[in-house]
Amino acid sequence: MTNHWVDIKNADVVLVMGGNAAEAHPCGFKWVIEAKQHNNAKLIVVDPRFTRTAAVADLYVPIRSGTDIIFLGGVIKYLLDYDFINHEYVKNYTDFTFIVREDFNFADGFYSGWDSDKNTYDKASWDYEKGPDGFVKTDPTLKHPRCVGNLMKKHYAAYTPEMVERACGSPRDKFLQTCKLLATCCATDRVATMLYALGWCHHSVGTQNVRIGAMVQLLMGNIGAAGGGTQALRGHSNVQGLTDLGLLSNQLPGYLTLPNDPEQDYGAFIEKRTRKPLRKNQMSYWQNYSKFHVSLMKSWWGAAATAQNNWCYDYLPKHDKQYDVLQQMDMMFNGEMNGFICQGFNPLATVPDKARTTEALSKLKYLVVMDPLAVETAEFWQSHGAYNDVDASKIATEVFRLPSGCFAEEDGAIVNSSRWLQWHWAGAKPPGEARLDIEFMSELFLHLRKLYQTEGGAYPDPILNLSWPYAHAHEPTPEEIAKEYNGKALVDLADPKDPTKIVRKAGEQVAGFGELKDDGSTACGCWIYAGCWTEAGNAMARRDNSDPTGIGQTRNWSWAWPANRRILYNRASCDLAGKPFNQSRKLIEWNGKTWSGVDVPDFKADEDPANGMGPFIMQPEGVARFFGGGSMAEGPFPVHYEPFESPVGYNPLFPDKKDAVNNPAARVFKRDRESLGKKEEFPHVATTYRLTEHFHYWTEHSHLNQVVQPQQFVEIGEGLAKEVGVKAGDWVKVSSNRGSINAVAVVTKRIKVMQIEGKPVHHVGIPIHWGFKALGKPGYIANTLTVAIGDANSQTPEFKSFLVKVERA
Amino acid sequence: MPLQSLDIRRRSATTIQPPAARVEAIPEVAKLIDTTKCIGCKACQVACMEWNDLRDEIGINAGVYDNPPDLSSQSWTVMRYAEYENPKGDLEWLIRKDGCMHCDDPGCLKACPSPGAIVQYANGIVDFQEENCIGCGYCISGCPFDVPRISKKDKKVYKCTLCSDRVAVGLEPACVKACPTGCITFGRKDQLQHDAAERVVELKTRGFDQAGLYDPQGVGGTHVMYVLHHADDPTLYSGLPKEPKISPFVRLWKGAVKPLALGAMAFVALAGFLNMVRGGASETTAKDEEAAQREKEKMHV
Repeated sequence: MTNHWVDIKNADVVLVMGGNAAEAHPCGFKWVIEAKQHNNAKLIVVDPRFTRTAAVADLYVPIRSGTDIIFLGGVIKYLLDYDFINHEYVKNYTDFTFIVREDFNFADGFYSGWDSDKNTYDKASWDYEKGPDGFVKTDPTLKHPRCVGNLMKKHYAAYTPEMVERACGSPRDKFLQTCKLLATCCATDRVATMLYALGWCHHSVGTQNVRIGAMVQLLMGNIGAAGGGTQALRGHSNVQGLTDLGLLSNQLPGYLTLPNDPEQDYGAFIEKRTRKPLRKNQMSYWQNYSKFHVSLMKSWWGAAATAQNNWCYDYLPKHDKQYDVLQQMDMMFNGEMNGFICQGFNPLATVPDKARTTEALSKLKYLVVMDPLAVETAEFWQSHGAYNDVDASKIATEVFRLPSGCFAEEDGAIVNSSRWLQWHWAGAKPPGEARLDIEFMSELFLHLRKLYQTEGGAYPDPILNLSWPYAHAHEPTPEEIAKEYNGKALVDLADPKDPTKIVRKAGEQVAGFGELKDDGSTACGCWIYAGCWTEAGNAMARRDNSDPTGIGQTRNWSWAWPANRRILYNRASCDLAGKPFNQSRKLIEWNGKTWSGVDVPDFKADEDPANGMGPFIMQPEGVARFFGGGSMAEGPFPVHYEPFESPVGYNPLFPDKKDAVNNPAARVFKRDRESLGKKEEFPHVATTYRLTEHFHYWTEHSHLNQVVQPQQFVEIGEGLAKEVGVKAGDWVKVSSNRGSINAVAVVTKRIKVMQIEGKPVHHVGIPIHWGFKALGKPGYIANTLTVAIGDANSQTPEFKSFLVKVERA
Repeated sequence: MPLQSLDIRRRSATTIQPPAARVEAIPEVAKLIDTTKCIGCKACQVACMEWNDLRDEIGINAGVYDNPPDLSSQSWTVMRYAEYENPKGDLEWLIRKDGCMHCDDPGCLKACPSPGAIVQYANGIVDFQEENCIGCGYCISGCPFDVPRISKKDKKVYKCTLCSDRVAVGLEPACVKACPTGCITFGRKDQLQHDAAERVVELKTRGFDQAGLYDPQGVGGTHVMYVLHHADDPTLYSGLPKEPKISPFVRLWKGAVKPLALGAMAFVALAGFLNMVRGGASETTAKDEEAAQREKEKMHV
């Protein structure tokens, strides 16, 4: 979230799209209700299904799954055509006026630089035009045809209400009502927020779905304001913490990145990430990159990390490709990965294309499953009738099960969608032989280290030299680990302005990432968490919910990264002179000497606004980007591409371009390309999702959850039910080209047939949550049906859009 | 605020009124369910089962979201989901938390022949005292909302207590505490009526011209009230009765026929006693059960 849960109450318009907040986030959703009741907010829901969120919405708009970019591109066109933009904001706080390189181009679904033989982009032309000083050229008059604003206008010219109606299936009047309601928020006294979740991410264009949402908000000047922003609602209680700590194959903690294979030189690695300002007097905060990186290396390898060995740069793996879960399964399948440790992960159920996953796991030598529950993955080799039809005699994988504790059995912080690190305390001890994850991982590490010590091995240094400073080596405590993330001084640190003054003694916790150094004098396990556990104690355990201004800025409740800042980009809530655009919900302001207010300023604290520093301090430009440059795999502006399984079969925007149907930058393995079904055989659009009664594949083991939602079902509209010849409660068979499931049919008015490109298209809703280990009534794993192709940037699978056929079972 | 008072106002099948000196000082409580803020998450259902130690069976999906499908001795509250297409052609998903309405003039209590099996507290809560329940099912026929359910396990009747045990110690009912959207609130009835009036004003600005409070006077008002978008037609909400009334049979039973009925009961008791003395309780036959069932069904009229 750019903002936070409580702040939603300040919104005048709430758009829920690519998510179903009432269903998946019922507790946080209270703030939407609060906005409606006490701020007279209007709630808009755009979704293929009339959802639980839609049940309390002022406006519901249906949309075909996988067409969000057409819809939001249409909104952008509307805002630009009718001039519903916040001019002061857009001109000063975004790249709207920046001029793009002359060789940049977009035509027929492809950006300049496309190599159709290699299926890759050369992104060189995706850049601003720069002057001899290295700074970008701009045209504040907006007359230049290649300034970003004009390019954007041209880019979305085809995203008309007519296009929205025929490609998205959204009725024109409903679409225009959405535009009109949103457009009211380009005024400085009104603000809109957007809530999204995996309904945007689970697409082959997922990252661009999120970007285009942010672009709409930028046009209206809603990023940085209280009640504004774009809110990623995290689906798993600590998945925000997971990404913060870099538990992705190409990441390091704090959104630092692992080197690529060609990056063997430390100096070049750092220089590339130390981004120089692209305009005069910009902060470009990543100029501090080396401080965060070196402090991380000191945290991991302690005394072994020295300037001489480039802070253990050689210890870091240099990745040749992304090792996401789809890649991993493909590697297992090809015999390139022999062992697999699943910690709190149930891939048989959660990874797309179950048959593919089963085959991959069957080729492993060993599989370790560390989980509090008897998850399906641990029994992937065992026949459970039709629900898991395998021949155990043909699977040689050895499976080890380690019963672990769950979140309620340990202390620690959980990071919520608001970026708040909320400390919690164990409610009970793990039962029986179960042990906490930290203990398992420590034991595993100590054992491996011992093996390297006694038997040697290839390059044992990273293991042997890993810093392990915990009081009890077998059981590091959450407190010790949290303090390590916060970071500390390794030697006495002097005041940069007065070297005779010591501001931080050796061994003390740092107060924030501003104290971190790249000379080896500080250690910090996750720079964005610096400040969570200082010399003042555990800030995450704070529970003071006083809200002095009444706009929900409870700064002493837990702790938010970065720097306890509750609303990111809050400098952009003020005008050029530093006065809040909206006095009634002001966050910070310039008082002539400093920035201050009810939030921690996201800006240089003493920077006079007259000096022209932009509010988006992480960007080298100092402003927010409509033009994404080379940061995205498929291009600088979001383009609509059809889901890999499309009920249309062509791209409505480029109907004659056969190679521009799907995202050209997506990574597609051969086996998965072959697994795609055709619309003629599988005519219905399916989408998978979660139900409020259940939590992923956990609560299938819980009696009360099963009582309130006892049995696997799929949702179909009345029209499709009639075509198939079933009524509510009958059994249907749902097949894709990868497998089939049987389930009870919930027949509903909430899913309506859509007219797409002149033809009727039915949606099928497929809740996950059931597996062959479910208490009461076992079910089929929904991911039997899904496609193992992901978003071109994140490789997040396209769980939300694929083709099936529904029949009477 | 003495909401927690468990002073008894009324007791089933009891002619002697309980001491009433303090009653007037005790405010009436209510639970307000604002259907316009309900997202149908069923947190209230789960909280109810947890607090009251209820564990219904894991059933089946019958093609709808409603689960368990109906109230039972193990499910004292259930969500009911209705899909309604309004005259404008827009869909509305009307979700209602169903359960005991805690009528101010409770038909169940009036119908109950067993002394003290049903009580009404001074704060308005209607509570079943299962130790006094004889399982006759008269309360079921007396209820204009079809709420009480007989347990197969102990043949006694159960329903929502409005968490009288929690209210007695100053806590809100479990469902209220669990509700994530603030759709269910609890407090003084007069205060909640005021809150509801504010909600109705706001709903009218959002185009719900017929928004209103459901507090039906046919049963003397209720201690569980709804804010409805369509107060003109409560039946849209999975058959919430438009004008609930205590069945004429119960009124008759409590009126003119009562002395006769009491006489008949005395006779039955005497006959039963003689039967016991002579040869012990006899097993009922299937025929007897059927006859009893027919009687019961007749009473539903």
